[in-house]
Amino acid sequence: MTSWFTEKPRDLRRFHVLTGGQAVAEALRQIDPDVFPVYPITPQTPIIEAFAQCVADGRSHARILTAESEHSAMSAAVGAALAGARTITATASQGLAYMIEIVYLAASLRAPVVIAVGNRALSGPINIHGDHSDGMLARDSGAVQVYVTTAQEAYDWMVMGVKLAEHGEVLLPVMVGLDGFTLTHSAEPVEILEDDAVREFVGPYAYPYPLLSEVPGTYGAFAMPEHYFEIKRQQIAALDRVGTVLPAITHAFAELSGRDYAPLEAYRMEDAERAMVIMGSHHGTAQETVDMLRARGQKVGVVTVRLFRPFPRHELAEQLRSVQAIAVFDRASTPGSFPPLYLETRAAVRSPRVDSIIYGLGGRDLTPDDVIQVFERLKRPAVDTEPIFYAGSDETEKER
Amino acid sequence: MANLRTLAERQAAQPAFGSGHSLCRGCGIPLVVRTVLASIRTPVAVINATGCLEVASTRYPFTAWSVPWLHVAFENAAAVASGVETAYRALRRRGALRHDFTFVVFAGDGGTYDIGLQALSGALERGHRFLYVCYDNEGYMNTGVQRSGATPRGANTTTTPSGATSTGKAESRKNLTEIVLAHRIPYVAQAAISHLQDLSDKVERATHSEGPAFLNVLSACPPGWGYEPRDTIAVVQHAVNSGYWPLLEVIEGHWRLTVHPEPRESVGDWFGLQKRFRHLFDIVDMDLLAGLEETTAAEWRRLEELEARDRDWFISSHGQKWGLSG
Repeated sequence: MTSWFTEKPRDLRRFHVLTGGQAVAEALRQIDPDVFPVYPITPQTPIIEAFAQCVADGRSHARILTAESEHSAMSAAVGAALAGARTITATASQGLAYMIEIVYLAASLRAPVVIAVGNRALSGPINIHGDHSDGMLARDSGAVQVYVTTAQEAYDWMVMGVKLAEHGEVLLPVMVGLDGFTLTHSAEPVEILEDDAVREFVGPYAYPYPLLSEVPGTYGAFAMPEHYFEIKRQQIAALDRVGTVLPAITHAFAELSGRDYAPLEAYRMEDAERAMVIMGSHHGTAQETVDMLRARGQKVGVVTVRLFRPFPRHELAEQLRSVQAIAVFDRASTPGSFPPLYLETRAAVRSPRVDSIIYGLGGRDLTPDDVIQVFERLKRPAVDTEPIFYAGSDETEKER
Repeated sequence: MANLRTLAERQAAQPAFGSGHSLCRGCGIPLVVRTVLASIRTPVAVINATGCLEVASTRYPFTAWSVPWLHVAFENAAAVASGVETAYRALRRRGALRHDFTFVVFAGDGGTYDIGLQALSGALERGHRFLYVCYDNEGYMNTGVQRSGATPRGANTTTTPSGATSTGKAESRKNLTEIVLAHRIPYVAQAAISHLQDLSDKVERATHSEGPAFLNVLSACPPGWGYEPRDTIAVVQHAVNSGYWPLLEVIEGHWRLTVHPEPRESVGDWFGLQKRFRHLFDIVDMDLLAGLEETTAAEWRRLEELEARDRDWFISSHGQKWGLSG
């Protein structure tokens, strides 16, 4: 349970009713990046519109670079970050797909660009609503990936994301994913920290090797087989170091905000016999359904994964150690195989029973009934069930 | 304006682009790079598109560059430069950077005419202050001589081979200079490696531009065009002297031819030196050659009319502002 309301006295005047998009824009205003290269795409537009107004009103010094495409927006972001300027961008769906080549390069060039992603289905058919297929396209890019569950978390992780991306042991792009519409466009109370507190928390941008310096450097050299492998290995190690440096950042943020984040969140897992694993905004649906089933005497729980890259496999294994049956909910598909979160869970745990559930594609809701149906399936022997269950789709009606 | 001796001395004293690169014998690209960089007196940062120059100059862990140099990908050099230039303005404003910088993009014709055109167009429209230099060798030479939008009609490339039913590339080349001009940027010019003083003078004017500046420089490629490396300059001289590649500049929309070859050679003289056009002579494709002569002559007449139209502007105070009095 999110218990932060009880940990620290709250100044209610700091709470505003904001959509996730507005909350991200508030974080941007406070972080006040040097450069914000961007191209509009639904459902990211509330972020860039609100922030453009901040700049127009003189409440941020950022230079908004209105690129002619996401590919160029990300290219400009890499150039700006390496030049020595704090750089943030935002995108979604096809836009992320279009910039994906440069997301890989941002990671390889160690450009600490924070990318807000309004997670949305990939075409086709074209669809503007939420799922995680765009984020999963960037799964292997080398970027840090966070999937948040509320507008508050979107705000908080933008602030922490800057700190994480720019950490000297990391220097990698950080993607903060918030579900399209469910989070980007839905309003909820969000606590906005003091401007000065956020600025002090993120500190000045100090890229250790800026392109624009008196020491000329060659950035983006080409590597033959005798060097490529080792360079890639160093990049992978930098992403792995997130696991080491993140706790200090989340603890410092907890002191500031009273909200203490971990790579994943376990809910009613103490004695759970059956559990589900999920990411993103349906975390609330999952927790409510677990409460309902617990009230009926069922020993169920849920683990919400927040940090997807690097994947917190040890933490997840610890949470699921004594669980007999697990259902992993993916809001993305991997045609021809099992979806990403399922495969991560499978690799992390030794539980005999792990089911793969695909839900919510293209903005389809996940209801408590869908979740209950999955928990019921976990009681039946695995041989009776299909290898992947599409929760909330028309075919699941057959099982009801 | 610096003369060639001064440029050579600058290059020798402080080479921005040094030896040790692996560009081919007779390649025109180092001439472009050295002339451009020696003509700029402020600190320079280079943004490079993927291509011959990038591959041949930065094989890890070595580099031929002694100025800040950044390469990200093939199609996005202008976008990367946009970001660097925007960062530069932000850093200058908040006092985090003491230096002036001039930003120079180097990209080939593939990275400019074709795959990088959208990024270039966006950057020009946004008005970022940089000098974009296209080293145009009329094809995808780094990947093995495939046709590009800059490849002339009739050229034999590995994707437009001549054969029983083909006379090489069937389409005419794209006029990129005029596409760039449509963005109404302050300075646009065509230059060639056969005329380095002309190139250097144009770089000086380009870098005094208050907005984006664009230089389309005809380079040369011995293996791609099919001639002996020692003939690089001579081959490109024929491109200029035939009127095939007019040396011109357009300043604030006003046209000027900077070299007037008299008398103009025939396009056949330019084609005849290169193996990529050999088949046109073998099969005596007189229609194609005659058509090219006529197109080139008509284009030259059009440029002379534009030059005559704008002559007064150049001898006025406008021209003086750009260092072109009379």
